[in-house]
Amino acid sequence: MPKDHGIGASQKRREDVRFLTGAGQYTDDINVYNQAYVYFLRSDVAHGKISSINTEAAAAMPGVVRIFTGADFEGVGGLPCGWQVTDKNGDPMKEPAHPVLAQGKVRHVGDPIAAVVADSLEEARTAAEAIEVDIEELPAVVNMAAALEGGSAKVHDDLSDNLCYDWQFGSDPAETQAAFDSAAHVTTLELTNNRLVANPMEPRVAVGEYNRANDESTLYTTSQNPHVIRLLMGAFVLGIPEHKLRVVAPDVGGGFGTKIFHYAEEAFVTFASRQINRAVKWTSSRSEAFMSDAHGRDHVTTIELALDADNNFTAVRTNTLANMGAYLSTFSSSVPTWLHGTLMAGNYKTPNVLVNVKAVFTNTVPVDAYRGAGRPEATYQLERIIDKAARELGVDPIALRRQNFITEFPYQTPVAVVYDTGDYVATMDKMEELMDLGNFDARRKESEAKGKLRGLGVNCFIEACGIAPSNLVGQLGARAGLYDAATVRVNATGTISVLVGAHSHGQGHETAFPQVVAEMLGIDESMIDIVHGDSAKIPFGMGTYGSRSIAVCGSAMVRATEKIINKAKKIAAHLLEAAEADIELKDGQFSVAGTDKSVAWGDVTLAAYVPHNYPLEEIEPGLEETAFYDPSNFTYPAGAYACEVEVDPETGEVTIEKFVSADDFGNVINPMIVEGQVHGGIAQGIGQALLENCAYDENGQLLSASYMDYAMPRADNLPMLDSYLVDHSCQTPCTHNPLGVKGCGEAGAIGSPPTVVNAVIDALQSGGHKVEHIDMPVSPGRVWAAING
Amino acid sequence: MVEVTMKVNGKSVTKSVKGNTLMTEFLREELRLTGTHVGCDTSQCGACTIHVNGLQVKACTMFAAEADGAEVGTIEGQADADGSLNAIQQAFQDYHGLQCGFCTPGMVMAAAALLKNNPKPTEAEVRHHLEGNICRCTGYHNIVRAILAASGQDVPAVAAE
Ligand code: FES
Ligand code: FES
Repeated sequence: MPKDHGIGASQKRREDVRFLTGAGQYTDDINVYNQAYVYFLRSDVAHGKISSINTEAAAAMPGVVRIFTGADFEGVGGLPCGWQVTDKNGDPMKEPAHPVLAQGKVRHVGDPIAAVVADSLEEARTAAEAIEVDIEELPAVVNMAAALEGGSAKVHDDLSDNLCYDWQFGSDPAETQAAFDSAAHVTTLELTNNRLVANPMEPRVAVGEYNRANDESTLYTTSQNPHVIRLLMGAFVLGIPEHKLRVVAPDVGGGFGTKIFHYAEEAFVTFASRQINRAVKWTSSRSEAFMSDAHGRDHVTTIELALDADNNFTAVRTNTLANMGAYLSTFSSSVPTWLHGTLMAGNYKTPNVLVNVKAVFTNTVPVDAYRGAGRPEATYQLERIIDKAARELGVDPIALRRQNFITEFPYQTPVAVVYDTGDYVATMDKMEELMDLGNFDARRKESEAKGKLRGLGVNCFIEACGIAPSNLVGQLGARAGLYDAATVRVNATGTISVLVGAHSHGQGHETAFPQVVAEMLGIDESMIDIVHGDSAKIPFGMGTYGSRSIAVCGSAMVRATEKIINKAKKIAAHLLEAAEADIELKDGQFSVAGTDKSVAWGDVTLAAYVPHNYPLEEIEPGLEETAFYDPSNFTYPAGAYACEVEVDPETGEVTIEKFVSADDFGNVINPMIVEGQVHGGIAQGIGQALLENCAYDENGQLLSASYMDYAMPRADNLPMLDSYLVDHSCQTPCTHNPLGVKGCGEAGAIGSPPTVVNAVIDALQSGGHKVEHIDMPVSPGRVWAAING
Repeated sequence: MVEVTMKVNGKSVTKSVKGNTLMTEFLREELRLTGTHVGCDTSQCGACTIHVNGLQVKACTMFAAEADGAEVGTIEGQADADGSLNAIQQAFQDYHGLQCGFCTPGMVMAAAALLKNNPKPTEAEVRHHLEGNICRCTGYHNIVRAILAASGQDVPAVAAE
């Protein structure tokens, strides 16, 4: 019987009711009395020197309150990067300034030049057209390899070149070379991980409101982590003491990473509101989002795999160019390094793994974490080259993977991390069972009878979720801790508010978190509410990204609830006149072991707040506890994915005929929500594999700046219901957090791109086309060209 | 400024608006009906989907003045008379057809328009109908299931067809 309550129950989401009736409150739904509106005038060239900005005529236009340019931000901090990476020669990475509004130079299309604040958005926009900007256009650099050549245009004049850092990590280079020298077979592959735009359906919004009466600023913003924004903006950019700054992220319409970062617009509205003593609102348009939200991925890699005569992997070596764009976004530096290099061992016991990453500045929008962040890039490289190696060796790609799986845990990889648990054989078995591989040949024949080519692609992945622990990441360059916090506030009548540092932007925290507390206390979920998203209400937590909510914040919540239980037992012992050690909590009743004496949860909580009969000399009244939880390791979800595609050799069109994912997420709190997370991730991964691409021309013009040019996956692009199976029954609980959970939010986006591309290549090979690789997105044009090329 | 009168979710409203006021602005700013969302500027995401005289319309693509005299339906008017979720809304909750909820009002409005014209759609028809609505969170799987369920059909049976 599936549970209908507590941990493991597919409870329906309570937040759905407000979203389904139009009663959600997203940031753009917030209007503040007497607010003004800001419109950003953005650069339409990729690289240029700002010779002059004349705002005189614009300032005199109707409704204009004030116009700001870079000069107004002299003395104001720039947007900080949150992770310091060290070059392989020991130098710190180069960290160019990132001003709130461009100063002297524009460095990418969309770089804000001026900001017009007016009584209405229309007036702001109209006035912005009257600003005269004289920009001396400079040669732009877009291609990473070209950016590293001497004589290339420089994105930042004060840096010696466009190289941000040259990072090397993993096994000893000489030993790795020796493994290649003695290999029986070496496979090499060059590939690109295409630049993507996260595209949450809610565009970003920021409302800054200054209150002169108490000198306090409030920022309402579409953020995944209000406290982090408060810290960065307060301490680094604007120098406002944290207690004078409140950051509120109400209902947020999707994030996928792109709403983690601290953006110029947030700092701007907060700054401008103080200057004009009036609230200031900014709402991004979608076209603006394409040039102001941080982009994702954008790696160019050469990967080599060495195998011995028995087809055992002996070494992996990668060389990657990672695009940083024009400035360092908040966590950009950590993505190609610590979030990518440390996963390069994958699910395999390869003794030598060596990763080199050169991070490069170009005249493009800054790149940062996007769903999976670094891990999709690692998986894509490894799983593509394993397929290529299997083909070259004439062996079955599943058998080659199985042969090289890590099977003993804990496992120390050559790239620093220790996988605590996993069972890669089990997920592979599950995938094979669901995929019905035995009948693949018959299905291929059916496709061929229709003139189509059918291909099978498989893929395994490992990811690292809940990035941790703080002391380790600190040594690696993180400028923040990576714990989380929860306060369990029990009310007198026994209802509970749980105040959490995690932030929900679609993950269903309001439903899943109470399931945990309800299970622990044996009370009904309806008695428990989650409070999140407002720095004035919640403890200092780090927000939500990298599938950390339940593993890290959920663990903090468990610890705080344990403290509640301990204290409540003391109170119960007093009420029952029994020894504390004899008190048991079950189904919301405290009882004395071995007797029928008991007291209900509600009576204990009432005693805590109305302490008439209460051990005041021993314990304080009240029942409210906070816990901060800093994990001792990452968690390591893993899975095996497979899909079948049909390729139309006439047009190059690819359709996904069947898709299966077998994931190990450790323990699962709400299976329905977990399944939904996987579906969403897979859709984004399929989008990357087949459709999505953020393209620039050689002058740095953004070619995909709207839904007319950037292909978003639609309902028709995804597999049909009866040929799509998502399974998470393989569970190896995490050993180092109290819930045994691992995290599920990114799995789909990590596991699916190589699955799809492997399937397309397999289809083409089956049709006799000796195509070894096609870069994503594997669009009809590219497939057709590969077939006919 | 032009004066417009229309019935929104059954209630008559009269306002004077600029000729270039979009229906999305009118609903969101003038009437404070913020359930109609704006997700793009090229009429492609469908977050703003409403009903005008019973037809499915993208509110970002029409002027408020064009709706003068019309019957307008928005997400705020969809719940049953007693305030409980209607059959489509309930199916979205039951089948987990939403995550962040931003595309959701548009999806519900699009689903309602589909089921009005085609009460028993096939899966392919549902997917085709959603061509103009983007959801970034759900991968559509559960949205499709929800709409099929709301049509009163047995979801696994329709899916297998
Ligand atoms: S806002 Fe109307 S279609 Fe996107
Ligand atoms: S639920 Fe978030 S966009 Fe559809």
